[in-house]
Amino acid sequence: MTARKSERLLNLLIALLVSRTYVTKERLRSVVEPYREAGDDAFEKMFERDKEELRSLGVPIEVGFVDRAFEDDPGYRIERSAFELPDIDLTPEEAAVVGLAARVWQHAGLAAATSDALVKLKAAGVTVDRTALHVVQPLLTAEEPSFEALWDATRTRTPVSFGYRPSSAARSATRHLQPWGVVSSRGRWYVVGHDADRGEARVFRLSRVQGEVVPDGEPGSFSVPEGADLRAVARALAPPAEDRTAELLVRRGSGQGLRRHARPSGEGQDRDAREGWDRLSVRYGATEAFADEVLGYGAEVVVLAPDEVRDSVVRRLRELAQAPVGAT
Amino acid sequence: MARLLALVPYIQARREVSVEQAASDFGVRPQQIVKDLNVLWFCGLPGLEMGDLIEVDMDALEGDGVIRVSNVDYLSRPLRLDSAEASALIVALRALREGADDDGVRPIVDGALRKLEEAAGDGAAPAAQVDIRLPRQQARLYALRDRLQGAVDQRRQVRLDYYVPTRDESTERVVDPLAVVHADGHSYLDAWCHVAEDQRLFRLDRISAAAVLDSPVPSHAGLAPRDLAAGIFTPSDDDLLVTVRLDPTARWVAEYYPVEHARNERGGGLTVRLRIGDPALVTQLMLRLGATGELIEPVELAEEVRRVAAEALAHYT
Repeated sequence: MTARKSERLLNLLIALLVSRTYVTKERLRSVVEPYREAGDDAFEKMFERDKEELRSLGVPIEVGFVDRAFEDDPGYRIERSAFELPDIDLTPEEAAVVGLAARVWQHAGLAAATSDALVKLKAAGVTVDRTALHVVQPLLTAEEPSFEALWDATRTRTPVSFGYRPSSAARSATRHLQPWGVVSSRGRWYVVGHDADRGEARVFRLSRVQGEVVPDGEPGSFSVPEGADLRAVARALAPPAEDRTAELLVRRGSGQGLRRHARPSGEGQDRDAREGWDRLSVRYGATEAFADEVLGYGAEVVVLAPDEVRDSVVRRLRELAQAPVGAT
Repeated sequence: MARLLALVPYIQARREVSVEQAASDFGVRPQQIVKDLNVLWFCGLPGLEMGDLIEVDMDALEGDGVIRVSNVDYLSRPLRLDSAEASALIVALRALREGADDDGVRPIVDGALRKLEEAAGDGAAPAAQVDIRLPRQQARLYALRDRLQGAVDQRRQVRLDYYVPTRDESTERVVDPLAVVHADGHSYLDAWCHVAEDQRLFRLDRISAAAVLDSPVPSHAGLAPRDLAAGIFTPSDDDLLVTVRLDPTARWVAEYYPVEHARNERGGGLTVRLRIGDPALVTQLMLRLGATGELIEPVELAEEVRRVAAEALAHYT
């Protein structure tokens, strides 16, 4: 923005902010120099653009009537209470965590939004000394290209449509969604909302969104239902609690990955002891996922119990051992 | 413009402030701050008569590099946080709270959150629509990352206990850390490994122990942290070219490995050509996939998978 334009916008803003009543367009034209010097059409255009520009910065410009008796004469003003950041009295430690929080986002758009917020807080008199507190600092990444568009749509409650390809589908299909919120689980982002095509709540993984996310309605045109519980969705996405235990034989020197979350098994040592093998107890959550893990170790690991894991592993090994090789 | 609206209250809240400090707080160069002040000089109350203009103490600015402004009481507060700013900051604070490994930190974050939410008003509402779940071991990883970053900054060697899943072994090695990087949802230490005598990436969640040593990192001419913009895998021509036919339920494979070519099959399946560095990784993948994947090339590896499966099966009969 040129210095001249910044100057014009700031003078317009001050004129609207200091006035107790609505200010007419004519009055603004007479007090802001570039408006005064412009021709009628040029002034109209410039004024419209300037208003938009200020609004896009978050400046709340209200429109009203200077004199209620003559409603043909609209005026403008900025309500101070809607414009100003209220007092915020942070302790030095609280200010330090706010300063650290401004470094959490690794996503360019969100990082910019947090640093803009921090600048405003500093302008409100907050002094940020990050060293006032030692805190381990998490990083929030969002590499999915659709992240920012869906984040904004959630924030502004704008319905959207996008191409989506679940991993089990051959091609992407266009989906229509009222996005209620976004959820991060295990480093991946999901959007939760009302799926207009299915007529029910659905979860979409952002990495499977294909192409652009486009608005599919006006901002604010839906509301998030009272009972919508993002936390419940997040819990459902998290891996199941590891509340079951499997007994395994692991060849000595192998299965390092399993050993990292195993403990030596106390029971049945004698009956199942084999030369060169260790018997381990390993906690797991989901049967098939655990069978996947065990299968990855090939002939280095044998499942003793429970049957559900053992059966799954045996069934899948049988399929593999009998598969036709290279047959097309 | 947004900066000007923050700069005026910023200066007034401090009465006077050095150009250097202001530039650092706003993340711009000092010259930019001076330019901004020159804009202010021409602004003020409607009419801009004598006494209406904002006063910038130019003597103090040019003489001592100190900023003072006056006659602008009506701009003593910054603009409200908009919903984009408020929600980004609030979510970041919540992540900080989740990741905290020290219980003393949580009440401080809660206090900051409460005050921010109050000050942001409606702007804070969208943050309720975001939920951040950090895995349980995440706090340990953040502590590890901070320690490794410290080693990078101080150019000190690190001794790692590292688990290599493709070879299924834990090994101890001394590395020269170059950078801590993030890609594909994981954090990695990019380092020169003295065992491999090569530059390697170490995934943080596979490091079981890391000791920062007193020995300094020797200079590595021409060695730079790698650019991970294109993802973590950098396929090389030495890698195996592997062709796998995937059932619809195994399509996820295409999201985890660098795919050179993919062809959709009738019925929702996918045939992919991948480059994979280690044959052991291919065997491991095929054993996991079972009947939902079929290794078409190389044929020798398909034989190997079948042999391993038969050997494993023999343990159950």
